[in-house]
Amino acid sequence: MGESKPVESPPLGPGAPPRETAEVYGTPGTEDRFKDLADPMRDIPDDADVGAEGVFEDSHIAEVLDSLDDELIALAEVKARIGEIAALLMIDRLRRKIGLDADVPTLHMSFTGNPGTGKTTVAMKMGQILYKLGYVRKGHLVTATRDDLVGQYVGHTAPKTREVLKRAMGGVLFIDEAYHIYRVDNERDYGQETVEMLLQVMENQREDLVVIMAGYKDHMDRFFSDVPGLSSRIAHHIDFPDYSVDELMDIALLMAESQRYRLAPDAEKALMDYLELRMKQPRFANGRSVRNALDRFRMHQAIRLYKSAERGRKLTKKDLVTIEDADIRQSRVFKGGVYARDSDQERPDPS
Amino acid sequence: MTTGVRITQGTFSYLPELTDDEIRAQIQYGIDNGWAVAIEFTDDPHPRNVYWDMWGMPMFDIEDAAAGLLEVNRCRKAYPNRYIRVSLYNATLTKQTVALQFIVNRPPHEPGFRLLRQETTDRIVRYTLEPYAARDPHGERYDGSD
Repeated sequence: MGESKPVESPPLGPGAPPRETAEVYGTPGTEDRFKDLADPMRDIPDDADVGAEGVFEDSHIAEVLDSLDDELIALAEVKARIGEIAALLMIDRLRRKIGLDADVPTLHMSFTGNPGTGKTTVAMKMGQILYKLGYVRKGHLVTATRDDLVGQYVGHTAPKTREVLKRAMGGVLFIDEAYHIYRVDNERDYGQETVEMLLQVMENQREDLVVIMAGYKDHMDRFFSDVPGLSSRIAHHIDFPDYSVDELMDIALLMAESQRYRLAPDAEKALMDYLELRMKQPRFANGRSVRNALDRFRMHQAIRLYKSAERGRKLTKKDLVTIEDADIRQSRVFKGGVYARDSDQERPDPS
Repeated sequence: MTTGVRITQGTFSYLPELTDDEIRAQIQYGIDNGWAVAIEFTDDPHPRNVYWDMWGMPMFDIEDAAAGLLEVNRCRKAYPNRYIRVSLYNATLTKQTVALQFIVNRPPHEPGFRLLRQETTDRIVRYTLEPYAARDPHGERYDGSD
């Protein structure tokens, strides 16, 4: 009973093992007082050590934030928000440890932003982040669109939506392009029912699942104004800004590295020029355009290597992993882009 | 109220009624073992009545017991006066059987069973159990209140 544990502080509050509470309060029989404790504030000394160090280590906050920094370029606002959520969850856990109850915080989120700004990528990570922080019990991500939620005839919608909600419990429900669920101009649309069920679950079963809605900013704004009560049930409205050319460059290099490609020194300059030109052209989709461009460069590289192998040249490992200046410069983007003549027609993403 | 017989079928039936948290923990145990969760209900308590009515489809794809508990509570709301049980089904090849099954809801009063003796040839007596509740038509048993 008298042994001291310098780092690991004893837990306090109802249900704590008596041996360890006695250590803090020093008087035997303290544990009995907790049995019908109405107001824990009264019986806990203000300077009681809550054992923050242990919880801080358990909560993996540093680990989570570091991995976010490594894996996501820019998005400072997003990272800051996740940092705040992480801190709140940790403090809540400390409060619960000494018996101060707090409501489960609302963690439903809405991600808005232009195409390719990383909404889906962040949502994918969110399940794991919240799991590590101990907020959700399983941390899996269930992706749903209108198709999965809204039924096709009367009485079909509720079971369908419930099925998806049940599957997402313990984890994160990600609704991409959420505004398609509800069409305000058609009052017989079954989407209304889905929205009602979502609202109810988002309010009453906050500890069972986290809902993340994502979509383009203007569409989402209209959706929220069409559905009263939805916006206020979402605690975190996070806007994903467009990337600057330097950030796009970092993204491109990170993507290339993760696919085991290397850029030749002069190719980096070419990529910079490419990105600057591409940003000004229509239908630029930030990170997604970068990924498509990289895929196109890989094809250019492949055909170049194929041709030189056909001419009898021996290929080396260096050849296979290097993207040359020429692979980038032959892109149509340098010739004014594929939309140069008729920008209205639907065309594939130029690269 | 007259004395009744608390029927004991499935696992845990000699224990006090499980709380919601205990039910949730048992369902989670099943999910973690990869078992499917099914909710069934009946108003015929005869021990040989193995085919209970299904409450919706068995849940093969849920990750968390909150989903199972949600269906238990929906079923309780619809049939407050019937027996409801949770079945956890192990679908592994060569097993393919219910691995764990327990009652989560029962009528407020369980009248018990009548013992019938049928005298047949050669002074043989055959015994039969008949639930008192089963004398009423299906759906009107247990005070007919659902």
